[in-house]
Amino acid sequence: MSLRLAYSAVSGRGCVKISVVCLLRPLLLDVIPSVRQTVALALGRLADHDVEMAEAVVKAGILPQLICLLPEENRYYKKTAAFVLRAIAKHSPQLAQAVVQCGALEMLVVCLEDFDPGVKEGASWTFGYIARHNAELSQAVVDAGAVPLLVLCIQEPEIALKRIAASTLSDISKHSPELAQTVVDAGAIAHLAQMITNPDAKLKRQVLSALSQIAKHSVDLAELVVEAEIFPVVLTCLKDSDEYVKKNGATLIREIAKHTPELSQFIVNSGGVAALIDCIGSCRGTVRLPGIMTLGYVAAHSENLSMAVIVSKGISPLSACLIEEHEDHIKAAAAWALGQIGRHTAEHARHVATANVLPTLLDIFVDTRSSEDLKMKTKKALKNILQKCTYLPALEPLLHDAPPNIMKHVIGQFSKVLPHDSKARRLFVTTGGLKKVQEIKAEPGSLLQEYINTINNCYPEEIVRYYSPGYSEILLERVENYQPVL
Amino acid sequence: MAALARLQEKLQRLQEEYFLTYRAIDEERKTKYKAAVRIQRWFRACRVRAYLRHLSKMAILIQKWWRGYLRRKYFREIVERAYFIKKLEFYNEMAVRIQKMWRGYYVRKYIHNFSALKRYLEAVSLNNEFVRSELQEYAEMKENEEKMKDLEKKEEEEKYQARKMHYLLSTAQIPGIYNSPLRKSPDPMELLLRKSKPLTHRKQKMGSSLADELYCWPTCEKPPAFVTTLPLLPAPRQKPQGPFRDPGEVLRQRYKPLEPTLRVRESMNSPPAKAREATGREEWRSPIHDNKEVTVLCPIDFCHFLHITKMLRNMSHQFVTQANMAEKPMEQNISEK
Repeated sequence: MSLRLAYSAVSGRGCVKISVVCLLRPLLLDVIPSVRQTVALALGRLADHDVEMAEAVVKAGILPQLICLLPEENRYYKKTAAFVLRAIAKHSPQLAQAVVQCGALEMLVVCLEDFDPGVKEGASWTFGYIARHNAELSQAVVDAGAVPLLVLCIQEPEIALKRIAASTLSDISKHSPELAQTVVDAGAIAHLAQMITNPDAKLKRQVLSALSQIAKHSVDLAELVVEAEIFPVVLTCLKDSDEYVKKNGATLIREIAKHTPELSQFIVNSGGVAALIDCIGSCRGTVRLPGIMTLGYVAAHSENLSMAVIVSKGISPLSACLIEEHEDHIKAAAAWALGQIGRHTAEHARHVATANVLPTLLDIFVDTRSSEDLKMKTKKALKNILQKCTYLPALEPLLHDAPPNIMKHVIGQFSKVLPHDSKARRLFVTTGGLKKVQEIKAEPGSLLQEYINTINNCYPEEIVRYYSPGYSEILLERVENYQPVL
Repeated sequence: MAALARLQEKLQRLQEEYFLTYRAIDEERKTKYKAAVRIQRWFRACRVRAYLRHLSKMAILIQKWWRGYLRRKYFREIVERAYFIKKLEFYNEMAVRIQKMWRGYYVRKYIHNFSALKRYLEAVSLNNEFVRSELQEYAEMKENEEKMKDLEKKEEEEKYQARKMHYLLSTAQIPGIYNSPLRKSPDPMELLLRKSKPLTHRKQKMGSSLADELYCWPTCEKPPAFVTTLPLLPAPRQKPQGPFRDPGEVLRQRYKPLEPTLRVRESMNSPPAKAREATGREEWRSPIHDNKEVTVLCPIDFCHFLHITKMLRNMSHQFVTQANMAEKPMEQNISEK
């Protein structure tokens, strides 16, 4: 009967909500256990449906009554009570705070100690929803002593329970390093690392997400995660058929790689870069993003690592990303990563430039539809690569359609290389570069003008005059003013 | 005296001469004096000049020698210094060479080891190849597994369908739909139908709690065969008169399954039974006590007799009034054995 009430209330949203709750409230203290259970289920479904219902349930003060005698109830009631709590807590931090304040956490810990796996699942799911919102709520969950029990839950044979426990640990540890340290101290890492080889895809998602949330906070935590011997098993996750397993695996590797060069070195040595590059090549969309960022982080640490990324054929998937993807943030990440690869030495810049990346970057920079963030990242990447690039054939196309602030760098590079290399000078003239340089107008005294002067000084004066704009007019004028000798 | 006279003659002339000469001398004395002075002056000057020349020569000589000595000393110093500088330069050059080679070696080995870097990058690419191939194999293995699973599922489905449609199998008279006479060989579905076992009807669920309790009887793995055919007891419209016991209770008691002891549960042919049988034969051959009368029963029946009596003893207090009924299950048990 109470379920019917619940269904009708849920279906007819406009009708009076608070009265339903008030109707259900006395039934909670009914003698028959199945009535209590059905009422709890109804409340849970009501609260699950939308925020106002959940607030109404909280305001009516039902929660203390719901959980007052929870340890003595049977397992169905415990499951349903956990369902109610999590239906309320999932909507907003304030509701979750209300749930915590009525003393729900201790009761949920009692549920976690129960033998039935369904009850444990419900309780840990509730903990997960509470801890998800912010750090204080997570701290409250930890203070209630839930973490060791969750680690025990992970070791249970039921897959669903393992999934939920892993996702709860992930939600707890994501907020701050201290919480992550608490999770680590309970011995979670070893069990999580063992579960990476489990064939269930959803479990792997949660486990990888938990490990990455632990590893992201500090170098020590990342090293602890690495010491649990996840490499090279994690690389098999990058080949999984499930997209989100690949994404979370790439996220985990990113969180480890970004801290120190030694960790990045370790990842390169274990072949992680190759696996990531294959992963990027095979996915589409946001799934690629953590992989791209990992490559950027690895390349940013040192030039040897950047060379290792280049050698593992990392540039082509990144440039493919730049071209194919539609989302701005993925393009921005790819541009940043390419900038990190190319900025170290001329050798690196040459590799990046030969992959025909610079014109693409320029197009994105000039494109009006790109967002501010994307433009800024592309500009930085271009600047970094151009400042080291001495490979002139790749710089030629940029001469023709670059905006002035990029042109300055391009001309600067030419002015560095041309004085020393005669073949390059010849090529420069024949490909029309000198002509283009003459056409550029720069303020006298500016850096651009100095570069142009340096370039002009590399050539004999006649050639410079020949290519300067308006030379044909000057010649024609001379023809006009010439007096023929009769 | 002649001399004197001559002298006196000469005297006059002498005096004149004397006077003339002295006058001449007097007259020349000044010029002579001046000449003498001049000569002496010139001579003294010559002497002095000679002396000065001599002095200057000596001075020159001294200075020459002194300067020569000084310069030679100085020259020696210069030479020494130059030699020293040459040596220093030589040493410097050699030191530069050594430092150049050492710095080159050191930088190339420790700071920027290009060959090691190259080797490392080659090793990284090799490792990458290896990892890539391994991951490829892993992915292929997974794909194969999934394909196998799908195939198996499909096969299961087909087999289930075949079992359900077993009635479509062709008989000797009538060819089935999958075995058309126009075909050269029967359809694969036909072959599958021939191979599959027909699906029986789903067992009817007995919803009553009585049957549930019978099924869930703790020691009973399979209820006795005839219990399955036992229908639900018709709900009595009126409670039958008389001191009858609850039918459920009765049935429970009646169909309580046998819980034989270990010895009874063993078959006749198991090794302990055979061993026992051996000892029985021994006893028969050489009994310890000769006083006891040998029973008619042969030793093989002896065990049966024993356990039959035991069973009777067990059941007797239960089946006081229904001794007849008690024999039936016993007989059945014996016949089973």
